[in-house]
Amino acid sequence: MNDKCDNKKKILVCCGTGCIANNSIEIYNKLNERLKNSDISVEPIIKATGCNGLCEKGPVVKIMPDDISYFKVSTNDVDEIIEKTIKNDITIDRLLYFDTNKKEKIKSHRDATFYKPQHKIALRNIGEIDPLIIEDYLEQDGYKALHKALFQMSPTEVIYEVEASHLRGRGGAGFPTGLKWRTCSKYDQYPKYIVCNGDEGDPGAFMDRSIMEGDPNTVIEGMIICGYAIESHKGFLYIRDEYELARKNMEIAIESARIHGYLGTNILNSGFDFDLEIVRGGGAFVCGESSALMASIEGNIGEPRAKYIRSVEKGLWNQPTVLNNVETWANIPPIILNGSSWFKEIGVEHNTGTKVFSLVGKVKNTGLVEVPMGTKLNTLVFEIGGGIIKDRPFKAVQTGGPSGGCIPKEHLDISLDFDSLNNIGSMMGSGGVIVMDDTTCMVELARYYMEFLSEESCGKCTTCREGINTMLKILTYITEGKGEIDDIDLLIQLGETITEASLCGLGKTSPNPVITSIKYFKDEYIDHIINKKCSAGVCKNLTSYSIEESICIGCGLCKRKCPVDAIIGSKKNPHVIDIKKCIKCGSCYSVCPTGAVIIGGAII
Amino acid sequence: MSIESNYDSIDSEESIKSINIIKNYPKEKRYTLAILQDIQKEFNYIPRDIMVSISEYLNLPLSDIYSIATFYKSLSLKPKGKYIIKVCNGTACHIRGSNKLIEEISEMLEILPGETTEDGLFSIEIVNCLGACALAPVMVINGKYYGDMNKEKVKAVIDEYKGAI
Repeated sequence: MNDKCDNKKKILVCCGTGCIANNSIEIYNKLNERLKNSDISVEPIIKATGCNGLCEKGPVVKIMPDDISYFKVSTNDVDEIIEKTIKNDITIDRLLYFDTNKKEKIKSHRDATFYKPQHKIALRNIGEIDPLIIEDYLEQDGYKALHKALFQMSPTEVIYEVEASHLRGRGGAGFPTGLKWRTCSKYDQYPKYIVCNGDEGDPGAFMDRSIMEGDPNTVIEGMIICGYAIESHKGFLYIRDEYELARKNMEIAIESARIHGYLGTNILNSGFDFDLEIVRGGGAFVCGESSALMASIEGNIGEPRAKYIRSVEKGLWNQPTVLNNVETWANIPPIILNGSSWFKEIGVEHNTGTKVFSLVGKVKNTGLVEVPMGTKLNTLVFEIGGGIIKDRPFKAVQTGGPSGGCIPKEHLDISLDFDSLNNIGSMMGSGGVIVMDDTTCMVELARYYMEFLSEESCGKCTTCREGINTMLKILTYITEGKGEIDDIDLLIQLGETITEASLCGLGKTSPNPVITSIKYFKDEYIDHIINKKCSAGVCKNLTSYSIEESICIGCGLCKRKCPVDAIIGSKKNPHVIDIKKCIKCGSCYSVCPTGAVIIGGAII
Repeated sequence: MSIESNYDSIDSEESIKSINIIKNYPKEKRYTLAILQDIQKEFNYIPRDIMVSISEYLNLPLSDIYSIATFYKSLSLKPKGKYIIKVCNGTACHIRGSNKLIEEISEMLEILPGETTEDGLFSIEIVNCLGACALAPVMVINGKYYGDMNKEKVKAVIDEYKGAI
């Protein structure tokens, strides 16, 4: 037996939602079963961890301390991994990560271009520890910040530290966290409450889910520290209905924190009491808005209220309340433990620390990414993200979800921070970055967001309820080829009215996707309205496909792929599309190796 | 009136189940949503009789319970199928073709999103971002995730569920 086997090997199997969908639990079970029956004298420790970030390439299995990362592992690979890597320290090349930037296989995921520019604070433990085992968290300095706060710092000092770090809320608006705490601490009306907003609803954002699933204790620790700072003894975690695993892991973590004396009465014999309760969301997007969320916890429908009085003064049950988002809470323990000056060195001025982005859409490496604030969009999409799928042309990214806006390629060098994004009409939001290529139609995307928001508007304000519906109707007409040129101005006017006259942040920002796409992609709107053409080939009424005779090599790929046999032609001769049969599915366009299939406008 | 006396549309076994669920919670308004969610999980919908019981138990007007039951998407006043197919239409799934996926499933089961098949087996729901964008387009059937879906894969999955019945 190899000597190295005496160093206890750790096998980390990612069991985040992404990897579980690809059978990682079965891999975990099979590893356990095989090792139980094997002749290895030193039994490796197998851990089910949270999400590693690179979900696209899951399931991910890491072997420590050798620092080998295997991607797209299947149950059939288990025996080979045990035989070669665990017993004999042989790396299995086939399972290594192929770095599309470096064009080579990489042994440790840390060396991959996907991970290198990253700086992990909020995600620091995810993928490294078993979220259900509190000892794992303790090993990574877990609850040390709580110790420090309770025994070495006064509540005022805790607040000062958070204030000095310049941490801004990661939920979207970027409000200074320390200021929120300080304001709340000034009211001497008790009880006070702490709330964690885990109602992550922005389509395309999943960092909060990942944190709750992969490192629930950091959220708990952050909330207890805040409780101590503002003299609150009760906190609520509002978790989205769809996030079952997050809720389950959170429940288990809260229970074990109680057993270990971090929650409950007289925490660590400090005399301070604090406890947490989980509230399951009901599946309403608007509940991500803080006042709607609090209404929902109270047992009402989730309608936002006017915020003349802030929730730090009158929040939950009209008591002073501090509400922060999951990612914000995850930043608190490292700030308390390492100090605000450490935190301030990361990022840029007024935008300190890191931000987690979920990089999704038409990008090669889909996944969760944590980078210092101020990282360029370029770096995010092309270095970390590895560029566009099939190397198609980049068109735009959408940030900030349905309340955000699109950013065209002219702004690819923008710094990713709260202020720079606001300046160009988009916003940070919760950190979803949706990458789009030339096959995404900006008008249809704007229509999609309006459809989303029209369903999710709580209906309280007329401008939001009726205005969004009207915008949706106009956009639907445009995508169907029934648009008129005046529609563009009408959309802009409607947008202004909605922003002006709606109550909550979600209503006010709802026209953003339409307004920014008109700002940067007006040509596309005009193309739809005047030329009756959707150059992305998405709006079916405005699309036709044809084959350019001079480019077609007659390979027959399109003919085989066509679901309705609309393509005729013999081998090595140019093919032709029968437009009467064509259902405009675009299969021929995506398979053509020479780019001979051309998208045209509506055939009238 | 005791909460036991409200039931005429559901049988006695079901009424006992629902009473046990309701009594699990303290008599406080803030538990309305949680109770309704447990009822939804047990019965696949919110029967009217049970709403009446909840309103009496929590001492709240029936209209309040109704307003919550109709506001939140995870609650339904109509029975849902045994298998609920949730197709994600979050942005990442949308731009990777979730619309086509929804059309496909609709055609296969001959129902529209929001509807349930006549045999009560399948419901289709369109949901907003399941947070599994790397798997786009993705769908979830009773908690199990199916990622990277296309026409062939979705047919195989649904056939499997049909076969299991």
